[in-house]
Amino acid sequence: MLTVDQVFKRYADAGDALCDVSFHLQKGEMAFLTGHSGAGKSTLLKLIAAIERSTRGQLLVDGQNLNRLSDRQIPYLRRKLGLIFQDYKLLFDRTVFDNVALPLVVAGVGQHEVARRVRAALDKVGLLGKENKYPLALSGGEQQRIGIARAVVNKPALILADEPTGNLDPELSAEIMYLFEQFKQVGVTILIATHDIALVNQLNHKVLQLERGRLIGQQLS
Amino acid sequence: MKPVRKAREFNARAGNRPKMTKRGSESRALTSLQLNRQSLISSLVRLLRSPFSSAMAIIVMAIAIALAGSFYVMVNNAQQLVNSLQAGKQISLFLHEEISDQQAKKLALKLQAEDSIAKVNVISRQQALEEFQQYSGFGAALNALENNPLPIVIQVYPEESLTEAFQLTHLLEKMQNDSAVDFAQMDMQWLARLQAMMQMANTVVIILAALLAFAVLFIIGNTIRSELQARKDEVIVTKLVGGTNTFICLPFLYTGFWYGFISGLLAWAVINFILFMINAPIEQLSLLYQSQFQLQFMSFAESILLLFASSALGILGAFSVASHQLSLLKPE
Repeated sequence: MLTVDQVFKRYADAGDALCDVSFHLQKGEMAFLTGHSGAGKSTLLKLIAAIERSTRGQLLVDGQNLNRLSDRQIPYLRRKLGLIFQDYKLLFDRTVFDNVALPLVVAGVGQHEVARRVRAALDKVGLLGKENKYPLALSGGEQQRIGIARAVVNKPALILADEPTGNLDPELSAEIMYLFEQFKQVGVTILIATHDIALVNQLNHKVLQLERGRLIGQQLS
Repeated sequence: MKPVRKAREFNARAGNRPKMTKRGSESRALTSLQLNRQSLISSLVRLLRSPFSSAMAIIVMAIAIALAGSFYVMVNNAQQLVNSLQAGKQISLFLHEEISDQQAKKLALKLQAEDSIAKVNVISRQQALEEFQQYSGFGAALNALENNPLPIVIQVYPEESLTEAFQLTHLLEKMQNDSAVDFAQMDMQWLARLQAMMQMANTVVIILAALLAFAVLFIIGNTIRSELQARKDEVIVTKLVGGTNTFICLPFLYTGFWYGFISGLLAWAVINFILFMINAPIEQLSLLYQSQFQLQFMSFAESILLLFASSALGILGAFSVASHQLSLLKPE
């Protein structure tokens, strides 16, 4: 599902962010990407989501080589991904429903289908009944669940989460992880960047450890 | 384990692809129409929600459009006036002395038959003399002369369709070549000058319109740029969930359309208000000159053209800025 092969990323001002990173995730595999701030976790996720381009090396998402992806094709790649952010990246002037519906609307899905799928996704994250609320009326944990509902509403093959529990307390974080495990069980590939080692150790998944842009370990926690 | 079951259901639906694609393509066509309609309405709502800042831009644009439009209408009216002046034009043919009244009448009939000539009037020597005595004040001097020195004159009134200077010159030259004609005369110079002035005014209108159109483009572009900045988060999130630039652009193009359309409407009202205000004094002036001249308001076609052009400028201004800015706005 995801292949990262000898990937380098160099920034003109900040030097090497990633150095010779290689790993592979099977379909339905869940993995944690750990490391200190600045280790290159976010950079790696940005490369996979085609937010940035690698300096060298190959990235394959669902068989698609990102080096050969033109700018025009990027939106279509992103429709296959579910992106989750530490700051949720919600639109606060839109309802929960409209936030979650956005990936379907941009993909041109019909109205009835949108309504049906948004409800299914909200049901999944336990927010059914709050469609008409605005994000700011909800708690941080609930806001992150809106973000997760938005990421899964398009039934992505690969979910990328950048510090999804960074702003949440341990109990809410465990809930979010539990949600991810459910997606994994139905065959979704998930890559989660986090520095919450305690949480990672509680769960039994692959751990990719980054240090100063290099992958220094790949093991089960 | 209820959530797990739900997750299975959730993904089972995803497996149902072939059927969905068929339905999906059907609803896709529908959605693109809905999307346009929705963008059309939502961009107007957004515009009305910040009436003050929108109004500022719209008023400035309306003034620019009204300036170009009213100048155009004025020149159009002046052209009308010049044309009506030309309708009164005439050519005088002074015949050779040896030509008899009989021959003159024959020539007049021949001329009358020409397509380009509307009316012909023969003034005999006797008539000319009488007129001259009556109006010139040289009556006594003429009486002292032994015989009538005045030639026969044929007054030729060209068809009204002959408005261009070169057409009239052509006619003049043709008649000049007739052996009976000593010389043909038309006071062409002032007509030519007026025509040249009108041409200059027309050119000025075009230049002015082009300059003001640029101004409108820049105002719209700037408005759209600041709106894009204000909606930066929305643009970035939309990009992150797979929105194409076309999709993101659409509401901004509609915003540009509304700005252009409303400014055009306002400019139309301003132009007609100006015309309404000067209509009465012009009518009075026209009456004093015993002229048939009437102020021409904007025709229906011209009004539609004005709205169309201003809307198009709005869309164009929005497009040029949005397409450039969108490629710069990238998720970080």
